[in-house]
Amino acid sequence: MTYDLKLRIWRGDSSGGELVDFSVPVDDGEVVLDAVHRVQAVAAGDLAVRWNCKAGKCGSCSAEVNGRPRLMCMSRLSDFPQGEPIVITPMRTFPVIRDLVTDVSFNFQKAQLVPAFTPSAEQPQAPFRMQQVDVERSQEFRKCIECFLCQNVCHVIRDHEENKEAFSGPRFFIRYSELDMHPNDGLDRKALVQDERGLGLCNITKCCTEVCPEHIKITDNAIIPMKERVVDVKYDPVRFFRRRAARR
Amino acid sequence: MTELERHSYDVVVIGAGGSGLRAAIAAHDSGARTAVICKSLLGKAHTVMAEGGIAAAMGNVYEEDNWKVHFRDTMRGGKLLNHWRMAELHAREAPERVWELEQWGALFDRTPDGLISQRDFGGHRYARLAHVGDRTGLEMIRTLQQRAVSLGIDVFMECTVTNLLKDGDRIAGAFGYWRESGRFVVFETPAIVLATGGIGKSWKVTSNSWEYTGDGHALALRAGATLLNMEFVQFHPTGMVWPPSVRGLLVTESVRGDGGVLRNSEGRRFMFDYIPEFFKAETADTEEEADRWYTDKRNNRRPPELLPRDEVARAINAEIKAGRGSPHGGVYLDIATRRTADYIQKRLPSMYHQFLELAQVDITKEPMEIGPTCHYVMGGVEVDPDTAMSTLTGLYAAGEVAGGMHGANRLGGNSLSDLLVFGRRAGEYAARYATGLGAGRPVVSDAEIDASAAEALAPFAIDGGENPYTVHQELQAVMQDLVGIIRNEGELESALEKIAALRDRIKAVTVEGHRQYNPGWHLALDLRNMLLVSESVARAAMERKESRGGHTRDDYPMTDYDFWGKINLIVELDSSGAVGIRHQPLPEPPPELAALLEEQH
Ligand code: SF4
Ligand code: SF4
Ligand code: FES
Repeated sequence: MTYDLKLRIWRGDSSGGELVDFSVPVDDGEVVLDAVHRVQAVAAGDLAVRWNCKAGKCGSCSAEVNGRPRLMCMSRLSDFPQGEPIVITPMRTFPVIRDLVTDVSFNFQKAQLVPAFTPSAEQPQAPFRMQQVDVERSQEFRKCIECFLCQNVCHVIRDHEENKEAFSGPRFFIRYSELDMHPNDGLDRKALVQDERGLGLCNITKCCTEVCPEHIKITDNAIIPMKERVVDVKYDPVRFFRRRAARR
Repeated sequence: MTELERHSYDVVVIGAGGSGLRAAIAAHDSGARTAVICKSLLGKAHTVMAEGGIAAAMGNVYEEDNWKVHFRDTMRGGKLLNHWRMAELHAREAPERVWELEQWGALFDRTPDGLISQRDFGGHRYARLAHVGDRTGLEMIRTLQQRAVSLGIDVFMECTVTNLLKDGDRIAGAFGYWRESGRFVVFETPAIVLATGGIGKSWKVTSNSWEYTGDGHALALRAGATLLNMEFVQFHPTGMVWPPSVRGLLVTESVRGDGGVLRNSEGRRFMFDYIPEFFKAETADTEEEADRWYTDKRNNRRPPELLPRDEVARAINAEIKAGRGSPHGGVYLDIATRRTADYIQKRLPSMYHQFLELAQVDITKEPMEIGPTCHYVMGGVEVDPDTAMSTLTGLYAAGEVAGGMHGANRLGGNSLSDLLVFGRRAGEYAARYATGLGAGRPVVSDAEIDASAAEALAPFAIDGGENPYTVHQELQAVMQDLVGIIRNEGELESALEKIAALRDRIKAVTVEGHRQYNPGWHLALDLRNMLLVSESVARAAMERKESRGGHTRDDYPMTDYDFWGKINLIVELDSSGAVGIRHQPLPEPPPELAALLEEQH
């Protein structure tokens, strides 16, 4: 069934902008991104939006739909109240480039700060022997599609530009956790993530977990266990010493 | 002269999917100053969509497996039109390339004794695909991306190359624009690796993203390099058919590898009716034998659902045409009645979510509705197998944009391994060439830069012309209806006429707005490439008067081993820019490799 959908889409650039009303024909079973593409094709050829896979796999089409951060390609129109316009705005935590496209370079800068995977001294050269149960915990975090919705929603940086310098954000807390839990990684990044990447600034509000389209349990499975391990290492001098010794 | 930003490198890689990143890493490791340019953000390339796995004969699950069996499977799957040397290098080197990913942090699923697990896929004799659930492409791209970042390789994101620049008959650089600002940029470099992927965005029902506009194919042609066997386009048998918004979206072959079967509206496992002579000896002919195969491969033959993709796609097409399709014009893919809900969710988590969230179908309870979708082009830039260099000095190609490796049809899982094997080779040889040049480096000319800039700005100069989105939709309809799975002379002729008309119309395409992040403008420029590549496909399809792999002619239904089986079709532009086709003999494998192809299993 085809019907007319009302949309209010934020249009503008770094100097400012406003919500613009559109009405386009859509079909049953379509998603928000389809409606945005329809607007591009019939009403505003230069409407800027990022997307690639249209299947929730690439993490490109992040935006705020009716105020909620989500992937536009995984938001079915039928899940929104009929008759009311759907409001689409760019992610708020990152500077706007144009329309729905934001400057997410913050995330790529934080990625550069991660000390790479470093094989342990016991198994320096692949192929490695690792058991499925041992790789599974890290595999959960490697499902991340880098949509940066968790980064966008985290209150530590959402309205606090000043915190960005010292805070890598939930996407990278799972990256540090993933490396920490990798059965054959030989580096210890715990003090680094706590002191220099801002893990200490996180107060476990779980907003990041709620928006993750991959359903990664960012707080329960990465942040909280990481905080506990940081405490272990930092404040238990005996264990700290023993670990250091074991590494030699 | 056009004012612009300039960069100078030894090697510039265009494209940041699996082959592009692997090439960049190899070029960097060989001591070249290296940059990667990509149309999207880093980590979003189409490789992310690859689900099933990386084919590599590591022998972790079946120790009988080795590169020779993999070579044979690849050549037979390609209907013997592959370049034998590429198939050989690929089969020999794939295991090393997979272990390398593990060395860089990839976490593949494991066997009980802690090695990389390997899964079954169509056309592979043994369980051979290294995988991570059904998100192997994501794991691969993340691993390569993280490696490239840790090596400090320069990445130019959201930057599109519109022209290659030459000095005489050598590559001298590349011209492009930043998507964000619309400003122009020139890369001065003696060596370019094309890693731009495929061409699927010219079809209506496709698994490919907007980036797949055949840029590399078109850049190579326009620069004077040649394309090979462009008529071979793979339609993946299983794409979603409903709802319309996701039509074409890929449903991984792993569903069948893990036990899923195809049924028509009468409930029949119709693949048993479509086993071709060529594969009879190695395919089960009863449901009982097919079902035993999943647990005992030594004593049973493969289920016909796991025939190579071209066979399965044609069979599905025939069932739908015969009126035995599903309500939305597909057929059924059923794993719900064959495996437990737990197993399905564990092995196929993304498929489970994809159907639940996009189609409201629970694949642990109901069958999926699927149909063929345009997925991959076997044809591509003609390259030297060992060095990946094209016929143009300084221009290299790897991955989907390169031709020859997969012959007339690609086996599932051979794509990711192809990206790694030939990505590395392209990067290494490009670096060797560039760093060996000394003082004789080619120079970019201002005239070529000015011409490229004028060409790129043309769509802004026209008022009241056509909407690029409309032209794109029309091209997709032409390719879908007239250059699809089943082709014939009349339809191809009509496709060529329509493409010629569209080529005239894009000269008058208009874009609204300004140069800053303007998708209408980007599409207007991509359309040029799509039309050139579409014409190449249609012309080659017209020329090859037989049916083989990803090229089926209903006016020439037989595979002809005596004549066409020995011919490669080369596409090149003449001096006026018109697309021409010529025949070239297919290289023959040496006797010891030819013998492998004859072996029966
Ligand atoms: S739990 Fe921590 S990281 Fe996640 S949103 Fe809250 S403060 Fe940010
Ligand atoms: S952790 Fe989840 S929300 Fe955050 S970037 Fe990754 S996929 Fe997106
Ligand atoms: S377009 Fe890839 S996640 Fe939405």
